[in-house]
Amino acid sequence: MNIHNPLGGVELRALEIVRSLKTLEGPLLPILHALQEEFGHVPQSVLPLIAKELNLSRAEVHGVVSFYHDYRAEPAGRHVLKLCRAEACQSIGGEAFCNSVREAFGIDWHETTPDGRVTLEPVFCLGLCSCAPAAMLDGELIGRADLASIKAALSEAGQ
Amino acid sequence: MSIKIYVPRDSAAVALGANHVAKALQYAVASEGHDAIIVRNGSRGMHWLEPLVEVETPEGRIAYGPVKATDVEPLIEAGLLEGKAGHPLYLGPTEDIHFLKNQTRLTFARCGVIDPLSLPDYEAHGGLKGLRSALAMHAADIVKEVTDSGLRGRGGAGFPTGVKWNTVLHAKASQKYIVCNADEGDSATFADRMIMEGDPFVLIEGMVIAGLATGATKGYIFTRSEYPLAIEVFNKAIEIARGAGILGLSVLGSHHAFDMEMRVGAGAYVCGEETSLLNALEGKRGVVRSKPPLPALEGLFGKPTVVNNVISLASVPIILDEGAEYYRDFGMGRSRGTIPIQIAGNARHAGLYETAFGLTLGEIVEGIAGGTATGRPIKAVQVGGPLGAYFPPALFDTPFDYEAFAARGGLIGHAGITVFDDSADMLKMARFAFEFCAVESCGKCTPCRIGSTRGVEVMDKIAAGIEPKKSLDLVTDLCNTMKFGSLCALGGFTPYPVMSAITHFPDDFVGSARLEAAE
Repeated sequence: MNIHNPLGGVELRALEIVRSLKTLEGPLLPILHALQEEFGHVPQSVLPLIAKELNLSRAEVHGVVSFYHDYRAEPAGRHVLKLCRAEACQSIGGEAFCNSVREAFGIDWHETTPDGRVTLEPVFCLGLCSCAPAAMLDGELIGRADLASIKAALSEAGQ
Repeated sequence: MSIKIYVPRDSAAVALGANHVAKALQYAVASEGHDAIIVRNGSRGMHWLEPLVEVETPEGRIAYGPVKATDVEPLIEAGLLEGKAGHPLYLGPTEDIHFLKNQTRLTFARCGVIDPLSLPDYEAHGGLKGLRSALAMHAADIVKEVTDSGLRGRGGAGFPTGVKWNTVLHAKASQKYIVCNADEGDSATFADRMIMEGDPFVLIEGMVIAGLATGATKGYIFTRSEYPLAIEVFNKAIEIARGAGILGLSVLGSHHAFDMEMRVGAGAYVCGEETSLLNALEGKRGVVRSKPPLPALEGLFGKPTVVNNVISLASVPIILDEGAEYYRDFGMGRSRGTIPIQIAGNARHAGLYETAFGLTLGEIVEGIAGGTATGRPIKAVQVGGPLGAYFPPALFDTPFDYEAFAARGGLIGHAGITVFDDSADMLKMARFAFEFCAVESCGKCTPCRIGSTRGVEVMDKIAAGIEPKKSLDLVTDLCNTMKFGSLCALGGFTPYPVMSAITHFPDDFVGSARLEAAE
């Protein structure tokens, strides 16, 4: 049985976003990026909407959302810290650096600190291989990173 | 006239504090009432000197670096605005710095020199000349020029660019596309990023020329979400180019139309593979497609499509400007022209070095890169990103050339080189290659999807000293299956780092050191 639920605020806003981008060629990735930008994640509840607007099956939309590492099903912490795990960073102390950050914050990859402040994520290459190890805090790049520079960047970023 | 001070906006410079330096300079200049402007240029590619501040003087540009925000005041006191020597960070005329002086900069001629978003600056340094000559030529002649130049795909596969263009030119369709692969996910590579941030118009120009040559009127550039600054600069450059009539219904007033859009990936390494990239552009899962059909015949939305790497396309304007022969005269064997070598990881002088093909690996890592940053002996260098082989110093006589590397069981790839010192554990690196493949596999081919995970497990057994000989035989067999049973380079080339580590560094796998550590 298809029960028709009235759309909530999130869904209405999502519909606006989908409709503003659906005329692009291959609109799904730009739409998902815009939704994540707006909500901080891609809410499950908007997937059927996207499917309907783009004339796709829900399975197809789910398949795309779950394929790409960037799209989150749940909101992240207030800050997202990405540490590069790729070879160039490993060649110059990357692994020890990553371990020191994980230990200092008491979280592992893909986890968020209990106060909801920081989500830690691995990334494979930020293109800063000539000034490794590299990190990115909310889009701000950090080269030759160490625990001290991460802590400094976080205190600058605030709570 | 105002004094011009250059502070790079390149990601590497910014990651090392360039924005803070620019702010401090702005403040110092304003508060002391100097008549000076700050230009945010690209990077010269000497990343150990970043942030590299330059000042324009009648004698040319003078460099200082690496500059921290706190150095700004003492530098100005020591006469930075007049380009004076005296401060310890003074490096002299930029062009005379050894690392830069011996390069052959064709593709990167303007990178770090000009304001990346100034079209007048771009034109004053030779920009648009290639496009103007292309506009006066027949499509087939443009293709012939690129073919004759010997340019091969700089993304890694090394396929002749002109041959690809010719296929698209002769394909009949209502719509054709130019797709620029800027999904530069290989560790140790940053050349594409540097072009997008440091000289975006050269890439736009190259894409328009590709459009003229093949009859394509629409271009897409697909890059990574991990490159926020490149996305910002490049999108601005597209707008400026459109405003100036380089893009649009009438390219530079001609009867040719070409427009383009930038699209951003979502953190999937495999989308650097061309067919997977096309699927991502179409809004699908980034799963690899079988070939044939070739993208040149059935590519984006099933239409004939040129898929070229950033560096391939950015090398086209100079070929059209100076002619095929000029470009072809650089290089060796079947590797013609120049290649931007990216020196990364544990290197003393890390950065981008553009030169003709043919230098030996030893000349690059021991000479140009100056050995390791830690000062310890070099143990291995990985050439060509995560899917490239590890080379021991015994193979440092290998010349930088597509065929020479293939003959030694390696590949040039996108020309990234990661230097490792003697603290590297090659078993760990081999395990990582499998782990990376397992995380990033698109899942289409069984050997890649499942083999990578089995590979991690077997590596763990070897590390624990469990049946090392048998396990190594198993890994060798597994690598063979992956190599020949995978559609794309992710599954197909993961055996390169694994097998080269095993072959060249056997002690790290079953040597007494490993066994002692396991006990």
